[in-house]
Amino acid sequence: MTTSCYHCGLDVPPDCHFPVTIEGIEQPMCCPGCQAVAIAIVDGGLGNFYKYRSQQQTRPEEGVDNRFAAYDLPEVQEEFVHHLDDGQLQVELLVEGITCAACSWLIEHHLQRIAGVSAVRVNVTTHRCWLSWNNSQVPLSRLLSALQEIGYRARPAGDEEVRANRKRENTRALQRLGVAGIGMMQAGMLAIALYAGAFDGIEHQWQQLLRWVSLVVATPVVLFAAAPFFRAAWRSLKSWHLVMDVPVSLAIGGAYLASVWATVSGSGEVYFDSVSMFTFFLLLGRYLEMRVRHRNEQRMEGLGQLLPPVARRVDDQGEHSVPVKALQPRDFVKVGPGDIIPCDGVVVDGHSNVVEAVLTGEQSPVEKTRGDAVSAGTVNSENPLLIEVQAVGKRTRLSAILQLVARAQLEKPRQLALADRLAGYFVGFVLLVSAAVAWHWYQQAPEKALWVTLSVLVVTCPCALSLATPTALAVATHGLRQRGLLVSRGHVMDGLLKIKRVVFDKTGTLTTGEMKVAKVISRSGAPEQKILAIAAALEAGSRHPIARAFDECDGGLMATAIDNRIGAGVSGIVDGVRYAIGREQYITELFGRSDELPEAPAGGEVWLLLASESRILGWILLRDQLRPDAADAVARLQTNGVQVELLSGDRPVAVAALASQLGISHWQGGISPEEKLAHVRQLQTQQQPVLMVGDGINDVPVLSGADVSVAMGDAADIARIHADSILMSSEIGVLPQSLTFAHFTHRIIRQNLGWALAYNLLALPLAALGLVPPWAAAIGMSASSLVVVLNALRLSRGARR
Amino acid sequence: MASLYLLIPITILLLLIAVGVYFWAVKSGQYDDLDGEAERILFDDEPEGEDKQ
Repeated sequence: MTTSCYHCGLDVPPDCHFPVTIEGIEQPMCCPGCQAVAIAIVDGGLGNFYKYRSQQQTRPEEGVDNRFAAYDLPEVQEEFVHHLDDGQLQVELLVEGITCAACSWLIEHHLQRIAGVSAVRVNVTTHRCWLSWNNSQVPLSRLLSALQEIGYRARPAGDEEVRANRKRENTRALQRLGVAGIGMMQAGMLAIALYAGAFDGIEHQWQQLLRWVSLVVATPVVLFAAAPFFRAAWRSLKSWHLVMDVPVSLAIGGAYLASVWATVSGSGEVYFDSVSMFTFFLLLGRYLEMRVRHRNEQRMEGLGQLLPPVARRVDDQGEHSVPVKALQPRDFVKVGPGDIIPCDGVVVDGHSNVVEAVLTGEQSPVEKTRGDAVSAGTVNSENPLLIEVQAVGKRTRLSAILQLVARAQLEKPRQLALADRLAGYFVGFVLLVSAAVAWHWYQQAPEKALWVTLSVLVVTCPCALSLATPTALAVATHGLRQRGLLVSRGHVMDGLLKIKRVVFDKTGTLTTGEMKVAKVISRSGAPEQKILAIAAALEAGSRHPIARAFDECDGGLMATAIDNRIGAGVSGIVDGVRYAIGREQYITELFGRSDELPEAPAGGEVWLLLASESRILGWILLRDQLRPDAADAVARLQTNGVQVELLSGDRPVAVAALASQLGISHWQGGISPEEKLAHVRQLQTQQQPVLMVGDGINDVPVLSGADVSVAMGDAADIARIHADSILMSSEIGVLPQSLTFAHFTHRIIRQNLGWALAYNLLALPLAALGLVPPWAAAIGMSASSLVVVLNALRLSRGARR
Repeated sequence: MASLYLLIPITILLLLIAVGVYFWAVKSGQYDDLDGEAERILFDDEPEGEDKQ
C-alpha cells in the first residue's frame, strides 16, 4: 500500500522518508519540498492550518528562488507598488497555490508576524493578496520569500488599469442586480394586490395608488438596472445587426412606457412586475457570464511576464542591477545559474547548460559556450554566463514568436454560439409577428391593438432563451474547473463536442519531464543504497534534470572537489575516495575502466555508470516518468471513439516506445512544429476536429491551429496564455471526463433552448389572440426562466459525480 | 385602508435605505470574496505563540 503525502496528497515514493511532526503525530511527506513547507508552517505555530483546510495543497517547487531581490529595486517597484499616505507601501500580489479558505488564514497569519508588515488581506476567489508594509523595516523580497517558505509562489499582479476596469464593471453589475432584485420584490408584492383586485374588484382610487407606487419602484429598475440592454440594442441596431438585446429592450421599454401611460391615463394594463422580473433574471444571466470571464482573466494575468524585471549589467565600473528595459545592444550582462536570460545575445565568457523549454518545449538543457547564441526567456541552469546583448524587447526571437502566435489566433474561425445564431432568426420572427398582430387588431378593434401587441412583446421576451446558454455554461465552466480544466475561451464547450482526435505532444504531456531512478544494477557487490547515496552526493550541487533525479535519494553524504563536465558526468571526493558518475566514455576516459551496458536504453531512458578510482560500482537507469494516469486516460478516450495520436519532435525510437507503452497506434516522431501544424490542418480538412495537448512554445502554433487546445498546468507560460484551456492539475484523466461532461452540457443547453422556444411559441398565439392577461404573462415568464435555471443546475450535480 | 397613504411612503423610505446600504456594501468590497469569508469565521483568530519575529 502506498502512503500519501500529508501536505500535497501525492504518493510517497517507496524509498523516501521525510517525516514532519504535526500536532504530536508524525506525518509522511513525499519530498524535501513538502517537508520544508510543513516544517515552516508548524514552526510558525500555524499547525492548525492542517485542521482547517478542506483541500490538499499543491506540491511546492523545490529550492528557494533567489530572484526576488530584483523586486526591491525602486525602478522595478514603480510599476506595481503604491505609496500610501503614511509612508507605507502597498502591493497587490497574485498568489499561486491557494486551494481553500484555510490558505488565506495561513498566509495572513504567517506574514502578519513579520515585523514591518502592517496589513495583509487574502482573497480566496481571485487568488490575490494585498500587502502593506514599511519598506525601512523589511524589504519586499523578504515577504515574497516568506510566502515561498509556506509553499505559495507570488508575483505582482498585472496591469493596474485592467484591474480597476474589472472592479468597476463588477461593482456596477452587482449594483444593477441589487436594484433589479429589490425592485422585483416590491413590484411583485404590489402586483399581487393588483391581481387580487382584478379578480375580486378594487376601487379605482386604490388601484391608482398601487399603480403609481409600482411606477415609482420600477422606474429605477428600467432606467438604471436595464440600461446596458438599451445601450447594447442601440449599438447593434446602428450596425444593422439583430441580437438578443433588441427584443429584450423592446419588451422592457415597450411594457414600461405602456404601463406608465396606463397609470397616468387610468386605463389599460400595467406590467411593472414583469418588467422588473425580466430585468432581474436577465441581469443574473449576464452577471454569471461576467464572473466566469473575470475569474479566467484573473488567473491568466501576469503570466505574460516571461522575462525577469532586472538584469546584471557589467561595465567598466563593475556589475549593477538595471531594469531590463534599460539594456542596449552591445551591453554586457551576467546571468547566474538558475536565472532567466533577459535578452538575445552571444556568450562571450563562461560555459553552461541552457534550458530552452520556453522556445522548444524540450526540458533537456543545451550546451552553450563562447560564441554560441542564446535567446531571451531561456534559463541558464549550470554556471554563470557573460553575454553580449544583441536584441532586447520587441526585437527578440521570443517576441517574434509571440507576434506569430497572435496572428495565428486571429485567423482562427470564430464559432458562433448556438444561442446567438438562434437570436437573429428569433428576433426577426418576433418583430414580424408583432407588426402583423398590431396591424390586424388595428383593423378589428383599434382600442385593443396597443395592449394586445404589448402582451405579444412581453410574452415573447426571450428571457428564458437568453438565460438558457449562459447559466448552463457558467455552471459547466465551474464544473470543469473543479475537475482541473480551466476554460479560458468561449468556444471550448462547443468545440469539445466535435472532437474526433486527440493529439498529444510527447514531452511533458504524457510524461512528467522529470527523470527518476528506475533501476540500480550493482557491480562488485556494492549495496544499492550506497550507490544511490554516492550518486546523490555527487549530483547535489547541480540543477540539471539528471542531477535532480537524485534529490529524493539523499543519503547524508557530502562530496567535495566536485568537477562537473557538461554533457559527460561529474566527479568528486566522497569520504576520501574519488568517485565519478556519468556516461560510459566519461568513466573510461577518467579511470580507464569500463563495463558492459546491461541493456539498450529505450526512449526517455539514460544509463549512468558509477565508479571509483579502483572499481566499477554499478549502473543506474534513469527514466522520464509516464504520468500516472496517462495509460488509463488514453484507453478511455479510445473506448469513447476518439482517436489518439502522438506527434513529437523527439527521436522516432523514443516516440515508438512511448506509443506502444500506452497503446497508441498512430504516432510520428522527429517532426517539426510546421509539420505538426500541417498534419493538424490535414486532419481538419478530413472533417476530423482536433484537440491538441501541448506544453512548449514550439507547440503554440499548433495549439492555436487546433480546434480546441489544452496546455498542461506546468507548461511554459506562453503556451498557457495561448491555449484555449489549461489542465491545472496536469492529470490527463481529466480529458476524457471533460469530453463526456461537454456532451452532458450540450444536452442541457439544447433542452434549455428547446424548452424556452417551445414556451415562447406556445404563448405567442395565445397572446396574439388577446388571451393573455398581465398576471398570466408574469407567471409564464418567471416559470419558464426558473425551469431553465434549475435545469442548468443539474450540471453541478453531474460535475460532482 | 387610508393607512396605506402613510405605510407606503414608509416602505419606500425603507427601500431607499436598503438600496443605500447595499451600494455601500458593494463599494466597500464585501462581495469581492464570496468563497473565503464564509469559512474565515471558523478559524481561530490567533495561532499559538503570537510573537513578532
